[in-house]
Amino acid sequence: MSALGLPLVPLPELPRARRADWSGSGFTLLSAIAAGLIVLMVVVILGDVALNGWATVTWEFLAGAPREGMTKGGIFPAIYGTLLLVVLMVVALVPFGVGAAVWLHLYARQDSWFTKSVRFAVHNLAGVPSIVFGLFGLGFFIQFIGREMDRAMGLDVVWGQPALLWASLTLALLNLPVVIVTTEESLRTVARDQREASLALGATRWQTVRHVLLPQALPGILTGAILAVARGAGEVAPILFTGAAYFLPFLPKAPTDQFMELGYHVFVLATQSPDVDATRPLLYGTVMVLLALTFLLNLTAILLRSRLRARLLGRG
Amino acid sequence: MTLDTSQPPPVHGPRPTLPEREALEGSLPPAPTRLAAREFNLYYGTHHALKQVSLEIPSGSVTAIIGPSGCGKSTLLRSFNRMNDLIPGVHLNGHMVVSGHDVYAPGTDVVELRRRVGMVFQRPNPFPKSIFENVAFGLRMLGVNDRAALSPRVEQSLRRAALWDEVRDRLDRSALQLSGGQQQRLCIARCLAVEPEVILMDEPASALDPTATVRIEELILELKGRYTIVVVTHNMQQAARISDRTAFMLQGELVEYDDTRRVFTSPREKLTEDYITGRFG
Repeated sequence: MSALGLPLVPLPELPRARRADWSGSGFTLLSAIAAGLIVLMVVVILGDVALNGWATVTWEFLAGAPREGMTKGGIFPAIYGTLLLVVLMVVALVPFGVGAAVWLHLYARQDSWFTKSVRFAVHNLAGVPSIVFGLFGLGFFIQFIGREMDRAMGLDVVWGQPALLWASLTLALLNLPVVIVTTEESLRTVARDQREASLALGATRWQTVRHVLLPQALPGILTGAILAVARGAGEVAPILFTGAAYFLPFLPKAPTDQFMELGYHVFVLATQSPDVDATRPLLYGTVMVLLALTFLLNLTAILLRSRLRARLLGRG
Repeated sequence: MTLDTSQPPPVHGPRPTLPEREALEGSLPPAPTRLAAREFNLYYGTHHALKQVSLEIPSGSVTAIIGPSGCGKSTLLRSFNRMNDLIPGVHLNGHMVVSGHDVYAPGTDVVELRRRVGMVFQRPNPFPKSIFENVAFGLRMLGVNDRAALSPRVEQSLRRAALWDEVRDRLDRSALQLSGGQQQRLCIARCLAVEPEVILMDEPASALDPTATVRIEELILELKGRYTIVVVTHNMQQAARISDRTAFMLQGELVEYDDTRRVFTSPREKLTEDYITGRFG
């Protein structure tokens, strides 16, 4: 008898859930192997680089310039060039990318053919191989814009040659889709009621973007920038024709100077050296510095992002 | 839900009986109209969401808009401050008048309109900023950035929203740490700070617990007179408790609009009676 004084009617027994069948456990095993392989590959690569590069990375290596046909000396010019390149790229990339995303998300008429073609272009741009960006940079920035600038200013050849400026703009172009897509995505995650709250208080559309939407979308925008920086620091193809130099006896001082870059330096050490065995330790050291630099840039951005997130959630 | 229509609905404080009220109102000049819809139609694409709606809302009153889900009550509310402009595919005709200005006339300053016609939403939506900055937001957007000028206004708004005593020593804490009911009162304070004439409230208590709901209702009664308030609600007792006038909407049409007392005791339309006695909805 139940508590209500009614007889309990026994229910027919349910079929037992089949906890594990053969195909299920097989699939689990396959996923585990795949996941394990990834970890293994990372460990092998990082381990190899660290073991062989460790001894090379000294203060002299970090602060010195290459000597004796790149078989001795350091990589300071390449580190300096990479940092400059990435910073210039971010400066050019973020305002353009965020601006485009804000326009696409808030101002563009979603059903117009122009908006649709911009979206189409952004998504296709993301699929273009990086070497094509390099060629585009050479053709557009250097041979068209640079040369026209020289002609207009009556200069000999100042702007119309490979340079730090053109290389960073080419890299910015390469990463533009990433920033546009991640920014638009994070603008979309800002709840509609936040936007409405701002507008209902008599804020203009621009004030709403500036004071409500962008601050809340900032962690997402940073994610885009992180991806761009990580990719930008390691990408060689786009800068190959647009500004990276094999070897320079001086550091770049103006945006029109050429520069040395870590990724390209790795390529040079690995393929262009007269004595491969002599340069091998330098090669390992350079790869280690490149990885560490990328990792450091990422880490900074991730820490910044998590602080911003905490502030948005009302903690901290 | 059923409502005993033989008994007057519960109200705050003693209230004049219907004949008394009619006598009173007859002797006073009618309050000027603050909001008016005139043969207003609104379409979402091909869906006809508001059909020939006409109503006049007197200054300083509390008006409740009731009706089943999807009847167009929120759409009507959001038409007063043109929040429907944000939705693609909306088109409309007819007139919507706020303080004598046709808000859909070309050349209307929508930003100024929205400052004068404040809005409180269904879910409390404070910004992820401090309590102070939430209330100061609208003022900052008007170009007031001096803390000395902001502080008294922030305090006054929080006092009017009956929140000051609870938050006075933590104005710089995040607004997201407040409870749901406090957040909603903060949203009301935020809206009061820019000195609106009208406050539109879209089911302001539906996401809150009963205690917080009572506080919001009390607040509405306190704000009445100084502001013209329009409240969309699906809670008929709430409409009866707080409003002077009630509009009943059904499928985009304004079925009945009259003194709250009359709508709940002797509605003219059979549909209204069926709805408030719980026969559908």
